[in-house]
Amino acid sequence: MTAASDVGFHAQRQARWHYGEVAFWLMVLACGFLFPTRYLIMTDILRLALFTMSLDLILGYAGIVSLGHAAFFGVGAYAAGLLALHGIINEPVLALIVAGLAAMVLGFATSFLVIRGVDLTRLMVTLGIALLLEALAERFSNITGGTDGLQGIEMQPIFGEIPFDMFGKAGFFYSLAVLFVLFLFARRVVHSPFGLSLRAIKNNPLRAAAIGIPVNRRLIAIYTLAAFYAGIAGALFTQTTAIASLDVFAFERSADLMLVLVIGGTGYLYGGLIGAVVFRMLQELFSTITPQYWQFWIGLVLVVIVLVGRQRLHRWVLYVPNLIIRQVAGRKAVVAVPESDA
Amino acid sequence: MTIALETQNLEKTFGGLRVTRDLSLKIEQGARHALIGPNGAGKTTVINQLTGVLKPNSGRILLEGQDITDLPVHKRVLRGLSRTFQINQLYPDLTPLETIGLAVSERLGHGGDWWRRMGTRGDVNGEIAELLTRFHLLDVMNEETVTLPYGKQRLLEIAVAIAAKPRVLLLDEPAAGVPESERHDILAVVGALPRDVTVLLIEHDMDLVFSFADRISVLVSGALLTEGPPEQVARDPQVKAVYLGEEAVNV
Repeated sequence: MTAASDVGFHAQRQARWHYGEVAFWLMVLACGFLFPTRYLIMTDILRLALFTMSLDLILGYAGIVSLGHAAFFGVGAYAAGLLALHGIINEPVLALIVAGLAAMVLGFATSFLVIRGVDLTRLMVTLGIALLLEALAERFSNITGGTDGLQGIEMQPIFGEIPFDMFGKAGFFYSLAVLFVLFLFARRVVHSPFGLSLRAIKNNPLRAAAIGIPVNRRLIAIYTLAAFYAGIAGALFTQTTAIASLDVFAFERSADLMLVLVIGGTGYLYGGLIGAVVFRMLQELFSTITPQYWQFWIGLVLVVIVLVGRQRLHRWVLYVPNLIIRQVAGRKAVVAVPESDA
Repeated sequence: MTIALETQNLEKTFGGLRVTRDLSLKIEQGARHALIGPNGAGKTTVINQLTGVLKPNSGRILLEGQDITDLPVHKRVLRGLSRTFQINQLYPDLTPLETIGLAVSERLGHGGDWWRRMGTRGDVNGEIAELLTRFHLLDVMNEETVTLPYGKQRLLEIAVAIAAKPRVLLLDEPAAGVPESERHDILAVVGALPRDVTVLLIEHDMDLVFSFADRISVLVSGALLTEGPPEQVARDPQVKAVYLGEEAVNV
């Protein structure tokens, strides 16, 4: 092998599909058939996963912190709600895309505020924008329904063929399809030169500019794309629950998102997906055991994760599986979670 | 002789402190020009103005005759002005392969490509392979930069600057902090730079300066003290007083 083809081979190393990834998605798909009574929570997890993937794009890859990502979720949610309520666009998939684009426009407009300044400024600016939108949604209650939210949304069948059923089965597979398509797209983007340049900017903006990367333009682009993803997550929320209320903009939603991503790990796309599953499971588990104090336990888990370090946790969790795999397939075949620090 | 890089009456103040005073430098095409001066003379501030990290208060900077004073950092790079940093500025989480790949992609205009995967362009791969080989990084190309020994990181630092195919290269203390055993690689690489690349070297190490440079400018307190070929600068009594002969003066 020549040096050049060797380089090409190794450069595409991460972009190649691994068996673990295929297994992961098959498992997710299988869940849709294995737990027919749990569609609602599973759909909720998928939405959260998509929403977290959006934050991972800006935080995990480009290093932009945000405490107001719910702004885009909310705009997507209300856009989808209004489109359906007033019968402007009845076909859900088309409405979903339009709602995503609405959030994207907001993302582009506000990106100019966000790229300026350092982490603390970014936290404040993103938080401020979300609060602002929440207040606006409350003020213009004639459009948004105010504190009551949008009521009486009736969703038309997907592609005019598949109706949303009361068990949430259609909603689940619809959400899964959307998540998977957007995941494929994000996967493609992060393994492109553009995606790599984002990681470079996160690592060292000074050097990034010094090799000719237009830092601000790249950050605007990814922020806008992430807003689109968050908007789609919000629109899915409205479409699968048939409600949109003020809490789509809530601070808790943005803050939870950070927790989910910290639990799952940043900068490898699966962090958002895994984090969403673990977060909701923990929430379910703790609220069954202690309905009043589940937040205490979530908080404790978070502290432990941060203190112990996710890498070590992964190693502990994978200790036994790897022991078995090593017996069967030899020394080098171990399962590892790709990692970049939170 | 054509002038590759020029500053005209450059001025920079930090608060009340004048760190660059009326500095006019001319660096000829293909020159091996060194900028020396005692600690705190403002050498790095000059570099930062040349590359666009800092804006001068007044004065102009010309790259091959064109005014670049108001251009942002990345545009100067695309025009052929590249630099290394005194303290390594690398991407800790990225591998040498990715680091150099990115610089090459950026230069060839593929940096904004968000669809095609890294490693699928033959021309980019070829250049990456060539650079990795030339800078002795082929064997560590998949290691995270943060895990590399300092000498290798230093080589990568220079390789990244070269990947931009500069016509003017600013080397900010290229051998700083490199252990004696790994120094040779660095000096060999710097010495082997093609002659059509103009080099401005900022250096403390006088051995390196006098073996490498064909012209030397001496900066003291932000102002140009003297300039000339190495022999002349070495003999200059003023230079000896403020810089080379500090010890003699102190005695």
